[in-house]
Amino acid sequence: MTEETTELTLPSRIEAIAEAAAKADEVAGRLRLSEDAAFGLDMAVREAVTNAVLHGNKQDASKPVEIAFTDAGGELVVTVRDRGTGFDPANVDDPTAKENLLKASGRGILFMRNFMDTVEWLPHPEGGTVVRMTKKR
Amino acid sequence: MAELSINERQAGDVTVLDMSGKITIGEGSVALRGAIRKLIEEGKKKILLNLSQVSYVDSSGIGEFVASFSAIGREGGQLKLLNLTQKIQDLLAITKLLTVFDTYDDESSALNSFK
Repeated sequence: MTEETTELTLPSRIEAIAEAAAKADEVAGRLRLSEDAAFGLDMAVREAVTNAVLHGNKQDASKPVEIAFTDAGGELVVTVRDRGTGFDPANVDDPTAKENLLKASGRGILFMRNFMDTVEWLPHPEGGTVVRMTKKR
Repeated sequence: MAELSINERQAGDVTVLDMSGKITIGEGSVALRGAIRKLIEEGKKKILLNLSQVSYVDSSGIGEFVASFSAIGREGGQLKLLNLTQKIQDLLAITKLLTVFDTYDDESSALNSFK
């Protein structure tokens, strides 16, 4: 089976988020994803890249965010790598808990998990963190 | 063209913000924050956000709704939501914020709810 990968490397600026989302929309169109799946992909990519830019790379424009979309036949695999010091999702508060409902931030991971089939965070052997997300086609 | 345009109008003592575009991290969220801050400075405390023309909201935008709701609440006012698209309604359901916000499908009901 042939895998097709689309890669994108962006500087850690807020503008990179919309650029990554535009690429996600392009991939969704090429793969003829349903409207709902395309919306979910766009959202998950926005949130993953937002986390990479803000929390991983702390908006240091010299640090890249690397994004890859791989059409692996039955599923789409998306990876987003930052150059941060690591991330443990277990340390993130549940934004739907009553005591957190009025917090202004902390909902990105909830959206990623909601709109993709799997989401996992892995340390990259050369540094930084990779979030790997999959969506069945 | 701006990511989010906001038109302000007065309906009795309720200020309606008709918004059009995207409320996402950066420009859209900043525009909403600025609009709410201005209303608070002007002493306007009954605010209705009309979302019918809002095509997209991310977690930052949802966070801005929450921050606006809290800021207006601290001033003794109320912020309510009008004409949610299905997508925005879904996002508020996922985040359990439908339990926090008063939401309306028609403007007259929304305006009457402030009385």
